[in-house]
Amino acid sequence: MTRLIMRRLALLVPTLLGLSVLLFLWVRALPGGPATALLGERATPEAVERINQLYGFDRPLPQQYVQWLGQLLQGNFGVSTRTGRPVLDEFLNRFPATVELSLVALVVAVGLGIPLGYLAARYQGRAVDHAAVVISLLGVTVPVFFLAFLLKWLFAVQLGWFPSSGRQDPAMIATHPTGFYVLDGLMTREWDASWDAVVHLVLPALALGSIPLAIIARITRASVIDVQHADYVRTARAKGLSAPHVRRRVILHNAMLPVSTTIGLQVGLLLSGAVLTETVFAYPGIGKFLADSVFNLDYAVLQGFILLIAVVYALVNLAVDVSYGLIDPRMRTR
Amino acid sequence: MTDAPGAAAGPLLSIRDLEVTFRTEAGSSTAVRGVSFDVRAGETVAVVGESGSGKSTTAAAVIGLLAGNGAVTGGQILFDGEDLVGHDDAAMHRLRGSRIAMVPQDPMSNLNPVRRVGAQIDEALVDNGVVRGRGVRARTVELLAEAGLPDAARRAQQYPHEFSGGMRQRALIAMGLAARPQLLIADEPTSALDVTVQRTILDGLTDLTDRLGVAVLLITHDLGLAAERADRVVVMYRGEVVEQGDARTLLTDPQHAYTRRLLAAAPSLASRRIELARQGVEVVQPAGEDLLAPAGVGTAADAGRAPGQAPPLVEVEHVTKVFRLRGRGLLGRGADLTAVDDVSFVVPRGRTLAVVGESGSGKSTVARMMLDLLPPTSGTIRFDGADVASRDRAAEVAFRRRVQPIFQDPYASLDPLFTVYRTVEEPLRAHGLGDRAQRRARVRELMDQVALPADLLRRYPAELSGGQRQRVAIARALALEPELVVCDEAVSALDVVVQSQILHLLADLQSRLGLTYLFISHDLAVVRQIADRVCVMQAGRLVEEGTVDDVFGSPRTDYTRTLLDAIPGRDLDLGRTA
Repeated sequence: MTRLIMRRLALLVPTLLGLSVLLFLWVRALPGGPATALLGERATPEAVERINQLYGFDRPLPQQYVQWLGQLLQGNFGVSTRTGRPVLDEFLNRFPATVELSLVALVVAVGLGIPLGYLAARYQGRAVDHAAVVISLLGVTVPVFFLAFLLKWLFAVQLGWFPSSGRQDPAMIATHPTGFYVLDGLMTREWDASWDAVVHLVLPALALGSIPLAIIARITRASVIDVQHADYVRTARAKGLSAPHVRRRVILHNAMLPVSTTIGLQVGLLLSGAVLTETVFAYPGIGKFLADSVFNLDYAVLQGFILLIAVVYALVNLAVDVSYGLIDPRMRTR
Repeated sequence: MTDAPGAAAGPLLSIRDLEVTFRTEAGSSTAVRGVSFDVRAGETVAVVGESGSGKSTTAAAVIGLLAGNGAVTGGQILFDGEDLVGHDDAAMHRLRGSRIAMVPQDPMSNLNPVRRVGAQIDEALVDNGVVRGRGVRARTVELLAEAGLPDAARRAQQYPHEFSGGMRQRALIAMGLAARPQLLIADEPTSALDVTVQRTILDGLTDLTDRLGVAVLLITHDLGLAAERADRVVVMYRGEVVEQGDARTLLTDPQHAYTRRLLAAAPSLASRRIELARQGVEVVQPAGEDLLAPAGVGTAADAGRAPGQAPPLVEVEHVTKVFRLRGRGLLGRGADLTAVDDVSFVVPRGRTLAVVGESGSGKSTVARMMLDLLPPTSGTIRFDGADVASRDRAAEVAFRRRVQPIFQDPYASLDPLFTVYRTVEEPLRAHGLGDRAQRRARVRELMDQVALPADLLRRYPAELSGGQRQRVAIARALALEPELVVCDEAVSALDVVVQSQILHLLADLQSRLGLTYLFISHDLAVVRQIADRVCVMQAGRLVEEGTVDDVFGSPRTDYTRTLLDAIPGRDLDLGRTA
């Protein structure tokens, strides 16, 4: 297991180096170069010249790259041209918000997807099954931003059941020691703040969780149907186990093996899916900040955030792989 | 087999006119019809037949575990006087495990992979209300030990993937007998195991069921096994019982034509080498080759080197194959596994050399090295005088033409997306032989050689029977007119009747085309029918080599004797009765 982790971490190095080269060249390849990107299209040649000298954009590319990489390794991801604050700080400030949203979306996707898929398999060919197939098809095909708008319009604007944007009611005064608002409320015993954060999370989480939910439901259905016909299920019945017992202990546990792989893959996708959902619900996470930076051509933020998201994605996937051992004993001895 | 109490009373299980129907998209098909037989308390009754004969379906009907689209559509299953037909699942659940239990066929797929073995027996005990609380695990360990699992207390803590096939089957036997049922259905309980393991497992099962007075319904395709283990035998064919009676009587004096066919096809040590028109047939061989001379005598060093004899086609000299196993931990060094250890033998031209051994003996590794799919760690393999390892590209292409494989599983070794025609034609095309018309003619010729009708050419493997698929595999292997055919367990996956047909086909092709076979098998009775010389392998080493008659008639090592003794029904002279 230690070997697996070490090997995977080692593999992360070339991946991130490759990505950093791409990001570096991307900014250099912009029309007019990075100086124009910084100053805008109407910058005077003299100003461009000055910037190029100041930031070293006139030096050879390899030298620039090594310098930039050296700064990155020291935690210096540059400064956002839009906010004027260090990119790393902007990322760390918003990261808890996105993690919170992704976790709730995952809970929604897993909590609804697995039961839905399981019921569909158990009552294969009946109404529940058909409903599940339709829901999962919709979940995959309806674009996230459209679903987000729809949820917002119906439940926030028309019915007024949930807030339409943000993480917290602006009138709410709350302390945030960790940046995870729900947790903060619980820690500081500000129950109302905690509940307010939960209410704000419902609609974005539903929107963000819709695709993983659909995929998890489909995989669960297929996996349960497959496992139902396994020899060991028949043997479990032959040795006198009751039907509920067989379903719970034998079928469900084994069916979860491929589902867990799928969940692991979805966790990474949630981070990138957050861009659209956070934008629609004006939810102040890394996704929304990233989208704003795109519109403002804030290249330092784009470079830094993409790299940081890649690191998080890789680490999350590694954690997921390692956790497979918990449900499949065969993975432990390898 | 035993005089269990209650044997004099009415039968424990009485099947009357049983009919089982499966609904499929194409309509309904009757898998079992008019089946009637009895099993008395404590008695062992074997139901024998080839796959598709309905034997397993009958067993599944008794324990109420027919596949979802199957149903009993007629007749009665009287268990201890109670008719099980029409029982719903809840009613059957009360009987399963506690009164009727099952030992399934494939030990690899019948244990829940994500639960510890002990826990799987615990739950059988608890759910059947045998023991509760603290005593459960102690009882589980007792049961495992009783089924012959060494170090049962520690083993109970392990997962199925940490068990060998034999150990898993012992666990399944412990599981089946956990609640002391009156009837145990053993569905091909050992067909997936090595012969020696098979024997000890069956001995254990027989002892245990005798001692406990459990009646056994033994489902098997193996007549030898049925004759040896059962009091009575029921022969099924195409869903019907064609004959039943006392085991010995039925096997020595079979009445029905199908029983006689089964007996004739059953390979046994009494059967002889299939000799076709070998003598007098003109064989495509280098001039000066004396085909009728006795095959190479002695060991690799001198065999085939006697003056006046053609050199052997294959010479394997001191070949060793070491696999490096992955180690544990960060810096763990992998251990070495010597799969083949200093093995030498020769394969004479136009003859069959069989390599026999249990799983893990290294015989398949030998086959893969012979096919040049795996390089030997040391030693040399010479094919027609040239070292297989040191060849240039052109020589390699030529080698691939001259040596062809036939693998065990005809279900897995044919590309499911290729038609029969494409499968057989592919090697011709790959080697750029002939134009379209010539290839077409050659494919038809090959189909003739393996006795397949030409109208199968457009079919896909899924539409063929196991025997037909293996014939296609043989036609494909023969397409390039090879000199050496490596048969790796080529008939092991087939029913006895089909197996016998394929063996005859292989023998016939050998005599007509002058083929040389390297025949890898775990089945000594099959080897008896096809091989001229035998190499016996154990744990990577070649422990005995000689002519078939010598090795089978007077084995020199204990290991060979164990292998021979393990063959079910070896004393029964099967195959000679018909």
